[in-house]
Amino acid sequence: MEQKENEKSMDSDSETMLKKVYEKSIDPASQTILLKAKQEGVETAWDRYEKQLPQCSFGQLGVCCRNCNMGPCRIDPFGEGAEKGICGATADIIVARNLLRTIAAGAAAHSDHARDAVLAFKKMSEGAAGSYAIKDEAKLLSLASEYGIPTEGKNREKVASELADALLLEFGKQTGSLLCTMRAPEPRLKLWTELGIVPRGIDREIVECMHRTHMGVDNNATHILLQGLRTGLSDGWGGSMIATDVQDILFGTPQPRMSTVNLGVLSRDKVNVIVHGHEPILSEMIVEAAEDSELLKLAQEKGAAGINVAGICCTGNETLMRHGTPIAGTFLQQELAVITGAVEAMVVDVQCVMPSLGELSGCYHTKFISTSPKADFPNTVRMEFHEEKAYETAKEIIRVAVENFPFRNPEKVNIPREKQECMVGFSAEAILNALGGSPDPLIEAIKSGAVWGVGAVVGCNNVKIKHNYGHVNLVKELIKNNVLVVTTGCNAIACAEAGLLVPEASELAGEGLKAVCKALGIPPVLHMGSCVDISRILVLSSVLANRLGMDISDLPVAGAAPEWMSEKAVSIGAYVVSSGVFTVLGTVPPVLGSQAVTALLTRDLNNVVGASFAVEPDPFKAAALMLEHIDGKRKSLGLNSDR
Amino acid sequence: MKDLIIRPERCLGCRSCEIACAVAHSKSKSLFSALGEQPAPKKRIYVDCSPNLEISIPITCRHCEDAPCVSVCPTKALSQDEVTSIVSHNPDRCVDCWTCSMVCPRFLPLYRLIRVIGCWTSSMAYNRGVISRQTDAGVKCDLCQGRDIPACVEACPTHALVFYELEEIPGTKLPETTSELTG
Ligand code: SF4
Ligand code: SF4
Ligand code: SF4
Repeated sequence: MEQKENEKSMDSDSETMLKKVYEKSIDPASQTILLKAKQEGVETAWDRYEKQLPQCSFGQLGVCCRNCNMGPCRIDPFGEGAEKGICGATADIIVARNLLRTIAAGAAAHSDHARDAVLAFKKMSEGAAGSYAIKDEAKLLSLASEYGIPTEGKNREKVASELADALLLEFGKQTGSLLCTMRAPEPRLKLWTELGIVPRGIDREIVECMHRTHMGVDNNATHILLQGLRTGLSDGWGGSMIATDVQDILFGTPQPRMSTVNLGVLSRDKVNVIVHGHEPILSEMIVEAAEDSELLKLAQEKGAAGINVAGICCTGNETLMRHGTPIAGTFLQQELAVITGAVEAMVVDVQCVMPSLGELSGCYHTKFISTSPKADFPNTVRMEFHEEKAYETAKEIIRVAVENFPFRNPEKVNIPREKQECMVGFSAEAILNALGGSPDPLIEAIKSGAVWGVGAVVGCNNVKIKHNYGHVNLVKELIKNNVLVVTTGCNAIACAEAGLLVPEASELAGEGLKAVCKALGIPPVLHMGSCVDISRILVLSSVLANRLGMDISDLPVAGAAPEWMSEKAVSIGAYVVSSGVFTVLGTVPPVLGSQAVTALLTRDLNNVVGASFAVEPDPFKAAALMLEHIDGKRKSLGLNSDR
Repeated sequence: MKDLIIRPERCLGCRSCEIACAVAHSKSKSLFSALGEQPAPKKRIYVDCSPNLEISIPITCRHCEDAPCVSVCPTKALSQDEVTSIVSHNPDRCVDCWTCSMVCPRFLPLYRLIRVIGCWTSSMAYNRGVISRQTDAGVKCDLCQGRDIPACVEACPTHALVFYELEEIPGTKLPETTSELTG
């Protein structure tokens, strides 16, 4: 009797466990590992989220200020307590200042990544970084001409070196505006000029944000937010765009290719090395070193069948796009990858790397290797990565992983079955190529209504939204309604995991889009790269707008970040909206504490930059908002707007 | 019966409890939607600052039926409305004798703290102030009817507010006599 009761309670225990796991992610591979985590008693971001609940209301509303040491100050949102900070700052001012700092941090992350790419490019051109070379000469030359660098009679390295200098100047520019902004359609650039938000030096905008938000400087919410837009633009049309360009020159402009995604890409019998973070400067070398014959031999000696590199987050997207290196997961799968028990080394550089990985790796045999001079974490093996000795360091890292293989504990290994095919590599160049060299076929398809519009869906994962639920459902709704989706970052990985990045996924699309995809042999969702590669989306929309002699805000285009969490996403939101694209956010940004700022972002920006934000956590409703917006744009263009 | 117990020594003054209380008493029960509600939702808990004790003290009054504080008040400074059971405090009649606070389970830990610190000058202004404010606003802590755990308790990150059977917390059993409390 007693035993029966025990069994019963165990049954219901594992039932609730299962239920809880299903609530966390829609991805079966992730569910499997979340269950394993529970059974092994290891903690994940979801557990830590539960311990944070309920979260601080002041923080959620953005009404807490710590910008000077008279504070911290906070505003009572229900009007019974303090209405002003000690200095007199109102909720509007505090919310706007906090938002500006967030944008500055996001822009800084993208642009500092870009700086490192340019510095590596510079060292390469001087022969000081022998592991790197020029992979896309055509792009080098076209960029050189854009930057006004004469190329005649110079060798490639000389051109590269002069281009690198010109690019570096963009960071510290004191006069004039960023050169990439010239790529924007003329009416857009004119609008920015009239508003006074054409970005100047990349670093300058970020520094100015920090100055303006210092106690007692900029205290007008609208004025503060305009600087937010300009800083965002310095990221999208500056740092991010430069990062994409330079990385294409150094590592090749992506072309369509096949690969695989999800935790199932981890190998049972090979050494698994995960590259996680954001910069291809590192992951490119790791991918190369994994094919080194000396290391392959060592792997064999250690009893492994080979070396398997897989990516997570955007450093993974970079090698996926250029080499078809498989991807093990999105942002929220970083811990899950370690919990499979099959990862010999988790190699990280910068951004979106959870510090929890240190302690977590200690529960398994995984070596947590941090490589960036800028980013250290608890319990890592430090193997600092410098361009001068890039390949040597990459080899050392792989060696550590290989030597760790014998310590894998087979009893602790559980690699999920899920391993999904995907077609990736759709740079703007590749898309135009697929269209036969001109945007006209896409424009015609849009005019005819076969392609109803274009949806740009990007961004992170966030524990506040069931893992991949927002991403996958939003994108499915869009393609069902004939909206061609371009994607980057973790949205791209989520879509890949859900099988939306294969040409056969066009079966899930509406009739018009299905026919277009079949004719071109492409998926209805096009993977355009990492988060800095949202600049590719800007370039592509400019090509479309220019071809039509319009502004980006006239196009039947809408954006979304269904599961965003990082400060970078806020900077992206700022530049996407300032570029004229209506954007739906899936998680609430900390601005609701100010009615003025909320109204500005969700409504009044329309009259300023021709686009605004909306907030909608439900992916189906979010898709409806995007479709409505696209309908409206089609109508103004005189196109059929009746779905 | 379970009650809300205040452990002032743990309070960091973040005011999370105040907001959570207001949201719990809003129409929508959601922070983001409660923002625009008219009339604005009212909180039943106040985080006051005691400069003498150098602590912040969350204070809230339940306006209990048959409030013990009212029945022990020797000068009838405290009184209770028979219909609404709202407790009122008349400062003109109050002689600062502390008797009321010693019989209120919610404040027991506070008075223990005061005893330990020996800072009697901090006076009783806090709970009285709150009683008066709640009386003015016509609201009282209802222990969040309809919720398992009161909103403020759930919101407090440092567990300065707890919801317990009095006997469950060692040392919080109500003292039988005044002398037992003051030792
Ligand atoms: S800047 Fe103003 S609102 Fe912010 S902490 Fe200082 S006094 Fe308070
Ligand atoms: S128990 Fe409920 S009503 Fe009472 S103070 Fe706490 S949140 Fe307010
Ligand atoms: S939530 Fe807790 S720590 Fe914060 S003010 Fe209220 S009682 Fe104090």
